Amino acid sequence: MKVLSKPVADKSKYMDLLRQMMLIRRFEEKASEMYMRGKIGGFLHLYIGEEAIATGVMSVLGPDDYVVSHYREHGHALARGMDPKVIMAELFGKATGSSGGKGGSMHLFDASRNFMGGYAIVGGQLPIAVGLALAAKYRREDRTVLCFFGDGAVNEGEFHESMNLASVWQLPVIFMLENNLYGMGSYVERTHAGGKDIYHVADAYKIPAAQVDGMDVLAVREATEEALKRVRTGSGPVFIEAMTYRFRGHSMADPVAYRESSELDQWRKEDPIEKFKVVALREEFVTDDELQGIEAGVQATVEAAIRFAEESPEPELDTLHDNVYA
Amino acid sequence: MTIASSQKAERGNISFVQSINEALRQEMERDPSVIVMGEDVSGAAGRKDQGFEDAWGGVFRLTKGLGPRFGPERVRDTPISEAGFIGAAVGAAATGLRPVVELMFVGFYGVCADQITNNAAKMHYMFGGKVKLPLTIITNTGIGAGAAAQHSETLYSIFTHFPGLKCVVPSDAYTAKGLMAAAIRDDDPVIIFLHKLLLGRTRAGLRQSEEYVVPEEPYIVPIGKANIAREGSDITLIGIGYTTVLCLQAAQELEKEGIDAEVVDLLSLSPMDEETVLSSVKKTRRVVITDEDYPRCSVASDLSALVAEEAFDYLDAPPKRVTPPHTPIPYSLALERLYPPTKEKILAAVKSVLE
Repeated sequence: MKVLSKPVADKSKYMDLLRQMMLIRRFEEKASEMYMRGKIGGFLHLYIGEEAIATGVMSVLGPDDYVVSHYREHGHALARGMDPKVIMAELFGKATGSSGGKGGSMHLFDASRNFMGGYAIVGGQLPIAVGLALAAKYRREDRTVLCFFGDGAVNEGEFHESMNLASVWQLPVIFMLENNLYGMGSYVERTHAGGKDIYHVADAYKIPAAQVDGMDVLAVREATEEALKRVRTGSGPVFIEAMTYRFRGHSMADPVAYRESSELDQWRKEDPIEKFKVVALREEFVTDDELQGIEAGVQATVEAAIRFAEESPEPELDTLHDNVYA
Repeated sequence: MTIASSQKAERGNISFVQSINEALRQEMERDPSVIVMGEDVSGAAGRKDQGFEDAWGGVFRLTKGLGPRFGPERVRDTPISEAGFIGAAVGAAATGLRPVVELMFVGFYGVCADQITNNAAKMHYMFGGKVKLPLTIITNTGIGAGAAAQHSETLYSIFTHFPGLKCVVPSDAYTAKGLMAAAIRDDDPVIIFLHKLLLGRTRAGLRQSEEYVVPEEPYIVPIGKANIAREGSDITLIGIGYTTVLCLQAAQELEKEGIDAEVVDLLSLSPMDEETVLSSVKKTRRVVITDEDYPRCSVASDLSALVAEEAFDYLDAPPKRVTPPHTPIPYSLALERLYPPTKEKILAAVKSVLE
């Protein structure tokens, strides 16, 4: 792993990035607890360990840019500015949730933030990203589409079709690969013929690509900034591979029986939040007191989200039939 | 397959293909958010340097002339990449564009089902009604051209199975134009199934009035409504797309024998006009259901269940279905002829119901 890349000059930016990553972490730790208590059903896919990617990306994305994601998207939604209360309520399946309790953890959506949804079939969101970009280009709008996907999606046909279409049509898409090295429980070198450095596949589609340290929020931020600049010239898509690691299982249902705990220990040393704290303290962009203040603030936000979700009503029963058709 | 497409076709003789084409052109004129995408919908993408443009106009010429008229941004030739471009249409629709995409043959759904059944069908619901998907999928269907197992299906039931999709099947040039326009204007994903054997037909003879012509001005045929194509009192024949033509032909024969058949042209498979079906069956007390799709778990079996559950007390005989056998579609013309519903099979079914 590389050391953290060059610091941003502005102190408040540091605080924001740190607060954002800590919020995602605490939110998910609490969600995991709520899942164990039966408050959250279905599948819950935690982003713990990968927070630097969502945080770095969203810190430079414009409000008009579109975001499309997969089923491990709490972090993306939070970093995009969706209200933690509304997200937690959706996880609880409550009427006040972002999708009125119809979607759950895997299907967050917020058109007002151009957060165009979490999709839970691996690879299924990629063609949608192409379409959002096509619409933006057709309307001559200055928008970029940021599409998140994992290393598992790279082996789906939809990934390749989307890369090809975005490139032949020169569409404003940033393909943001979060390579956490495991597609469910299968190691990337056993599932991808090209090995674990996946960004090489972009060459086949003449899409410029870069690999960054996904545990370094500043590196992700910088890479996204560069990609945005390039995409906004109208020269077509860009591919970024962020190398990362999920500290938890594929979902809460996964006992993680497929990797050595020493591997996790090794990656924990790269914890994006802890690493960033060290630098922030060293560079004196944040004091111990401020750090505690952020921690307390984040804690309060998450507690308030839980309370809101707990106290919110279940969906009205006749809404079962609503929204089948527009 | 060759399609008659005389530019000088008289207004009264406008074909099914021309009807679809005219609806597309008119909707594109009235609404700049309508775009068309598909494989060779214009044709010869990238060969304008050689003077080629609009070389295909769609494999069945449904989109002929739209490319030169509206330009390549609105009439977009795609790679052979159905999951990619149909998924892209879903994404574009989520922003409010009204994409019309051609799935060249319905069997190709196999490579893009994820985008149609997991995304298009479900997004409005799973995102709590926060996004609309005004997407239209045109697809070509049907037996009768020796196109074998993968290019001859109708697969209505695949799509009607999924809540969130609307499915319509025009039976003649008039309903083709009106349903095409209705599909484009609809805020939900609509699949319009076009049968190969209907494409070249001009006046389908479906209406009892001989003066029937396709109006030039835009109009819609409402989605979700069946049409009584022929009124009668002795038995109800239910048709879907091309089998409506067969039902009408059968009804003409039956008339000679003094049997007065009513023909329900279903037009819309989803949502389905159960009321029209049931009131017809309650009136005639007998029903023959025709469907070119595979017989198991089909629209025909759904209709049969509907009638049995909701109109049992009115029936003088059990509902009868006329469908293909439960086999893939054969290539050999000798075998293919045996396969689909025919007028003769419908007549035999009517006789058995009347006995």
